[in-house]
Amino acid sequence: MSSTKFILGLFEDPDEMMDGITKLQQNSVPIYDVYSPMPIHGIEDKLGIKNSRLGYAAFMFGCLGGTVIFSIIYYAMVHDWPINIGGKPNFAIPDYIPITFEWTVLYTAFGTAFTFFYATHLFPGRTPRVMDLRATNDRFVIAIDAKGNIPHDDITNLLKEAGAVEVKHNNRKYVSYE
Amino acid sequence: MSSHNESIIREPLITGKNITYAQITEDVLAPVERMPGKAWWMGFSVASMGATLWLFAVSYTFWYGIGSWGLNKTVGWAWDITGFVWWVGIGHAGTLISAILLLFRQKWRNSINRSAEAMTIFAVICAASYIVAHMGRPWMALYSLPLPNQYGSLWVNFNSPLVWDVFAISTYFSVSLVFWYTGLLPDIATIRDRATGLRQKIYSVMSFGWTGSVKTWQRFETLSLILAGISTPLVLSVHSIVSMDFATSLEPGWHTTIFPPYFVAGAIFSGFAMVQTLLLITRKVMGLENYITMFHIEAMNKIIILTGSIVCVAYCTEFFIAYYSQVEYEQYAFLNRYFGPYWWASWSMFCCNCIIPQVLWFKAVRRNIAATWFLSIIINIGMWFERFVIIVTSLHRDFLPSSWAMFYPTWIDVSVFIGSIGVFFTCFLLFLRVLPAIAMAEVKLLLKGSSEQEKLKILAAGHEDPEQAAFYVDSLRKFDSIEMAEYEKV
Repeated sequence: MSSTKFILGLFEDPDEMMDGITKLQQNSVPIYDVYSPMPIHGIEDKLGIKNSRLGYAAFMFGCLGGTVIFSIIYYAMVHDWPINIGGKPNFAIPDYIPITFEWTVLYTAFGTAFTFFYATHLFPGRTPRVMDLRATNDRFVIAIDAKGNIPHDDITNLLKEAGAVEVKHNNRKYVSYE
Repeated sequence: MSSHNESIIREPLITGKNITYAQITEDVLAPVERMPGKAWWMGFSVASMGATLWLFAVSYTFWYGIGSWGLNKTVGWAWDITGFVWWVGIGHAGTLISAILLLFRQKWRNSINRSAEAMTIFAVICAASYIVAHMGRPWMALYSLPLPNQYGSLWVNFNSPLVWDVFAISTYFSVSLVFWYTGLLPDIATIRDRATGLRQKIYSVMSFGWTGSVKTWQRFETLSLILAGISTPLVLSVHSIVSMDFATSLEPGWHTTIFPPYFVAGAIFSGFAMVQTLLLITRKVMGLENYITMFHIEAMNKIIILTGSIVCVAYCTEFFIAYYSQVEYEQYAFLNRYFGPYWWASWSMFCCNCIIPQVLWFKAVRRNIAATWFLSIIINIGMWFERFVIIVTSLHRDFLPSSWAMFYPTWIDVSVFIGSIGVFFTCFLLFLRVLPAIAMAEVKLLLKGSSEQEKLKILAAGHEDPEQAAFYVDSLRKFDSIEMAEYEKV
């Protein structure tokens, strides 16, 4: 029994990597994940990854921000301490629009960004779980869980055929803990 | 797919031979990973002296009060608010590049957005420092926030544009920061994975543990799009609200409905000028000619001539409406502006912003680096004068002739302004040292499809319409980073 945990196919070219994914899928080899130094358009469909739902979060945070600040203004200007400014109405909605808008944007930005960090498990100080150090530089990496996927040499050959410049059989899942 | 070939007639966005993904990383990270050169140290020395001057002048202001400035009871706003509006305006180009051009899918933004966004953040810091400084007692800044207090609570007046401005500027700064930093994450991860030791640890913390997996990239791109979508109306609202500080007053010369669009156009105009000022030097010193190409410079010049012309039309409209309104105070304000004691400031403004930039209609000027840089300085000066003219000439002769006055800056006024430029450049130079000046991940997206070498391959294959190919080759002549000899063969 080999001690290989993950098989990594390193590609120089995103299109060749996409071919590699096709090849693996044709041979029913499940793909663990793909790491790349840049976003690859169309890969989500290929790997069957659902659309991001961040947009819904953004909308709800926007609604929340607008409501919160509008309520604060209403409380301050109408309820708590109405001020007579030349006899003009206290509940002057047009004057509330700029700040309501600003806080809608503020909450949307922070809410969506923090939802992204939360969902993706990103936070300052998190140990980067990197499988190959060049995946953030110039290599497009297909990771395949070695467990249950045998024979490993067949996978290696598939990746090589698709144009992988290097195939790694890693004994550890992540290299970045070292 | 990542590599659809675009039409051959589009100019390349990355020039140079043998550019690979690794080469992009090397080129962009060179200044971050190596010790800085002489040029950087010279710039940094001068800039940090300016920042020290700023520290001194602002401390002096806080110690002795606003009386150390040249303000008087007629001219209560002068260099402070001029500086504030100038800096906020400069910031706008960064958001325009990062947000609006993203929504319009302008790929050329990819190599300039990072440094332009950094510029936005540093410019807004300078602007905000003016707001706090002009309060004289910096702790007074707390009173601009609706915080519960012992006076009732006595709340801020939410009807006031000055309070809107507090919300607008603080939102603008923090949203720009979020946009900039999330965009930086993949690039910080690149530095992290190439570094060792303490450096690696620091960048590791800063990278938030970025891995570049499929789902991360998908969410990252969704987030970028959402942030771009909300930053676009945000940036337009910010300078509109800044203009309302003036427009909602009853001051002749300020009380104008044209102000919001006029200020926004002026902001983009001055912001792009500042981007040119910074990037033309950065690309030369850091050797980034292959990424920030002549195409980028010319495209920015086109935006400058467009927004500059909008500003010019606004000047003329204001003047015409003052005449057409038949309001004698308004008419006096505008006649006084151009023919009164501040005629030199107004005509400097008009020449620098309206007349001189018209030379950008000529291709030869748009594609000349020295001329572009010189013009960008002229525009920076002109836009400073614009704010000075709007503020001081409208104030200095108010309704009572007995209180007419002139404004004379003190050396503290001048020092705060020069110092703020020092703060800006200190921040920008530090940014160039520790973070990648070009969004590597986004530029890598352009390599297959929009780079010169790929297009050369397509040309060499010879399947393109010869007329289009000739058009393309001809369009390359303007690039200073392309050797044309290669194309004589094709």
